Amino acid sequence: MSAPIIEVAGLRKRYGTAEVVCGVDFTVEASECFGLLGPNGAGKTTTIRMITCFSPMTAGALRVFGLPVEPANHRVIKARLGLAPQEENLDPDLSVEMNLLIYASYFGIPGAEAQARVAELLEFAALTEKARARIDTLSGGMKKRLVLARALVNRPELLVLDEPTTGLDPQARHLVWERLRELKRSGVAMLLTTHYMEEAAQLCDRLVVMDHGRIVTQGTPADLIERHVGREVIEVATGDDPARRARVLDVARPLATRVEALADRVVIYANGDSDVRGMLATLAGEELVHRRATLEDVFLTLTGRELRE
Amino acid sequence: MSAPSVAMAPPRVAAARPPLGFVAGALRVWRRDMESWRKYYRSSLVGALGEPILSLIAIGYGLGRFVDLGGVSYAQFLAPGILASAAMNAASFEATFGSFTRMTQQKTYDGILATPIGIREIVAGDVLWAASKSVLSGVAVLAVATGAGLVHSAWALVLPAVALLIGVVFAAMGLLVSSRAQAYDFFTYYFTLVISVMYFFSGIFFPLASLPAWAQAIAWCLPLTHAVALSRACAAGAVGLGMLVHLGMLLAILALAYGLAVHWVGRRLIA
Repeated sequence: MSAPIIEVAGLRKRYGTAEVVCGVDFTVEASECFGLLGPNGAGKTTTIRMITCFSPMTAGALRVFGLPVEPANHRVIKARLGLAPQEENLDPDLSVEMNLLIYASYFGIPGAEAQARVAELLEFAALTEKARARIDTLSGGMKKRLVLARALVNRPELLVLDEPTTGLDPQARHLVWERLRELKRSGVAMLLTTHYMEEAAQLCDRLVVMDHGRIVTQGTPADLIERHVGREVIEVATGDDPARRARVLDVARPLATRVEALADRVVIYANGDSDVRGMLATLAGEELVHRRATLEDVFLTLTGRELRE
Repeated sequence: MSAPSVAMAPPRVAAARPPLGFVAGALRVWRRDMESWRKYYRSSLVGALGEPILSLIAIGYGLGRFVDLGGVSYAQFLAPGILASAAMNAASFEATFGSFTRMTQQKTYDGILATPIGIREIVAGDVLWAASKSVLSGVAVLAVATGAGLVHSAWALVLPAVALLIGVVFAAMGLLVSSRAQAYDFFTYYFTLVISVMYFFSGIFFPLASLPAWAQAIAWCLPLTHAVALSRACAAGAVGLGMLVHLGMLLAILALAYGLAVHWVGRRLIA
């Protein structure tokens, strides 16, 4: 076993009187893709800022590549790290290619090597055709890919991605996922935050769900689904008919692991022990969807359905 | 034969190279700024060079005909002052509007800070870039003044270096102001209350000796006063040990402004 890439223990961050990260522990192993999930304001970005040397921690222990994250180690850590931030901060006055070349220069990569690396990254990000284009002519997906390519310019051992596909259409999102899986296979460790449960399920080996600055749960995607919601979900559309709603609840309650009554639907969670067939037979006349449980169910179960803004 | 798994480096991952030193790092930041500017250099040059040259002609020759300084012509008196103010303005604009945009809207500093380059290099690189624009402005004024026969000493060859010094001083001051600014409006105060006041009371348009003693004392505290004194001494070839006082004042202001700018930019970006 090689040493962990990131070790986080009892990590806290306080701004004035508000504590936004309140004692977080996790470890990211070599070649692993690790996800930080949680609603807005859960403390994901702040955690990432502390790991990437952008924010001094208030308390706790934090090591990246085995080095304590403190000013004396910042440069060495950042030389081995790639960061794709949430907010695009490309250089608007430089071409696509120049953005990468200038960024390579910050790492002290010599000219010829930088040229070769940039050509390789443009290919990887499917941006070769756009090498001389201005940044403001790129689509959202192209910008996200360029930000990803830029984060790879120094061949990082750890890639930190803060919402890598937010705002992208499905095609663009799938292209980014494909590239990230490719990187994972090549041995790059990844730490990523996301709102998209499908993204976490597609990419992450392990993940934590954060809420209000704390870790609510952690494990593999399959493990979390099994543990918190069970295997299957039946969603019954009840409209605003109270009688119909009461009947569905009566059928479901004795048989399901958990039942959730929403304004116009009843959501029934079931694991292997539940009599799903029996329930489906009894509810045959209802308008329903029977599906496998997903991480989104875990997420909503653990962090609730109230809006976070 | 089995190698321990620890030795198996993932293929894409290369050994990290040592981070760049302070000077190399600052020069990379300078180069970023220069590459960004290259596209707009024409309009930028017209803006930076037009105004000082117009001042020199309009005030130096227009107004100058009514001024008798006893000996040198008014245009000859004015030209080194215009050179110093052009250097001040070029650096001040770049280090406020330019640097502030990079620090806030464009988030350029955040992008650089994700690499081994730190706050000190970012501030130094931006200061050096703003000062490069001062050199351009200074050289343009020098060329016009020389063409007009207003420069008579070989010491004038030092003037581009003087423009560079003036540039780094005012760029560091501008960056300090940027680091504390919340919005672009803030620069209006700086330019009106600091830069404009200096422009009129640092000995560009009239000898400071004509002011009352208390006003002279205030003027002596203004960095532009020392910049103008250095510039004028070089243009006239009247260089002496007294210059060291002006040089020392400018270097002291530079060190103070740079140190504070690094501190406050750091407070702003690392939180």
